[in-house]
Amino acid sequence: MTRAARGRVLAVDGELAIVRGERGDARVRARPGWRPGDLVEGDAVVQPFRGGDYPGPTTEVARLPRDRLARLAARGEAMAALRRFFADRDFLEVETPLLVPSPGLELHLDAVTAGGGYLITSPEYQMKRLLAAGFERIYQVCKCFRAGERGPHHAAEFTMVEWYRGFAELDAIVRDTEELVAAVVTAVAGAPVARVAGRAIDVAPPWPRLTVREAMRRWAGVEVAGDEPAPALVAAVRAAGIAVADGTAWDDAFFAAFLARVEPQLAALDRPVVLEDWPAPLAALARRKPGDPHTALRFEAYVGGIELANAFGELTDPVEQRARFEHDQATRRARGKPVYPIDERLLAALAEGLPPSAGITLGVDRLIMLATGAETIDGVLTFAAGEL
Amino acid sequence: MYDTSDIRKGLKVLMDGNPYTVIEFQFVKPGKGAAFTRTKFKNLLTGAVVERNIRSGEKLEPANVETRDMQYLYKEGGDLVFMDQTNYEQVTISAELIGPSHDLMKDNLPCTVVFFNERPVDVTLPTFVFLEVTASEPGVRGDTSGNVTKPATVETGASVNVPLFIRVGDTIKIDTRTHEYVERVNK
Repeated sequence: MTRAARGRVLAVDGELAIVRGERGDARVRARPGWRPGDLVEGDAVVQPFRGGDYPGPTTEVARLPRDRLARLAARGEAMAALRRFFADRDFLEVETPLLVPSPGLELHLDAVTAGGGYLITSPEYQMKRLLAAGFERIYQVCKCFRAGERGPHHAAEFTMVEWYRGFAELDAIVRDTEELVAAVVTAVAGAPVARVAGRAIDVAPPWPRLTVREAMRRWAGVEVAGDEPAPALVAAVRAAGIAVADGTAWDDAFFAAFLARVEPQLAALDRPVVLEDWPAPLAALARRKPGDPHTALRFEAYVGGIELANAFGELTDPVEQRARFEHDQATRRARGKPVYPIDERLLAALAEGLPPSAGITLGVDRLIMLATGAETIDGVLTFAAGEL
Repeated sequence: MYDTSDIRKGLKVLMDGNPYTVIEFQFVKPGKGAAFTRTKFKNLLTGAVVERNIRSGEKLEPANVETRDMQYLYKEGGDLVFMDQTNYEQVTISAELIGPSHDLMKDNLPCTVVFFNERPVDVTLPTFVFLEVTASEPGVRGDTSGNVTKPATVETGASVNVPLFIRVGDTIKIDTRTHEYVERVNK
């Protein structure tokens, strides 16, 4: 095969070079003096070149590892599949500001300060105002920022997709989640089979469901009521053989048992799991279950042990919402964390009336990890924090 | 003081009066729960490994630990004398601290010495040393399979089990972590 090749030299290895031109990468006979980064014109294309498997030294322009190049292509496919999914279901794509005066007010989320305000930890508050304004089905794909989060599944800047259904129950969101994950994984991998740490996980709907209390009972041997005082839960967690200090808060005692005993079991499952009915102290912005004040309408989706998504039957009561915000502020103050202002416009929107709604936020980078088999979030980011 | 964002491999911290070094760490953050760093520490005095969860906001005390490249000079009774080549400072370290590999040390061997509160607490040798065999019985003719060994004495006086084909004057490669013969080296 021969054709003219014009483009940038990615690598030179002896008499051959990889040239990236407008019609793709090609292996070309190198002229003397060609160096990586040069803009060149060659005339003897040896063969088209795919996959970024550069034979020569890595160069300034081709510094990304070759498996990353393939994953970035997969990322583009995943985003296209995701937008098709929502368009097919009559969701409107919206864009709300990333720079806000009041970021998510959660005890365990720290916001990045910027420009006299904060970068969002999720687009939740502004999207709820759109629900109150009358939109029924909306979604947003955007960057979110969480200070200090950096690990195999965490990056301080990451991509979320968040969507809401007005006049809908949480079950509709469970179905959306199952179908979205299956659709995106299929678009990338060719079948609804995710890969985590080399294992195949069948993500075809419907997914098994499990309540948080049952998971804690089965795997941690801890009964969680949801209204017990913290010392009682601490005692139950200790009785199950998990070390927790005196004076540990309710949520910290819960997560000590959850992370030690439940999460490894979730990771071992060969199917995703919808973990639902969270105890009321972990309600966050979820409303309580009708007739069961100790349980919140909230679920998390786990795939191969990766926490992929968190959903709420949305709290629409402005009085309870204000009380929870004030409680979160007081706890943050007591623990010496920055205290963020309450978003009064969100409360005003709730007071005007939010339809009964359900919504969810899903980590897009983690979804792409599942679709591509990447073992760390850095493996699917265009440039990770250490590469900037 | 260090906080969780400072945690990295090799960080030296003081816990319960003992110096530790971080050998592994992982950031953990359940969606609605508190973040912490699951960290494995190695005790620099005993080698014991402990795992601890360090919560975001928690502080770690730096340990006064210093790692210096030093050269082994000579033996003095049961002690070994090392020199820092950057400032010619000499320190004496007991053979006991170095452990069984102390008899594999030849003059001028480059080593890494860890100091805690200015006292040497650990010596790391190069993984492999190359030593000449000074004494060994000849092997039994015909039996050259690698499984049969015989004792040999090397130039530092250490005794090492070697295959039967090794002869006096051969240079052999020895793993200082296991005190075992690795291979014969052609000079």
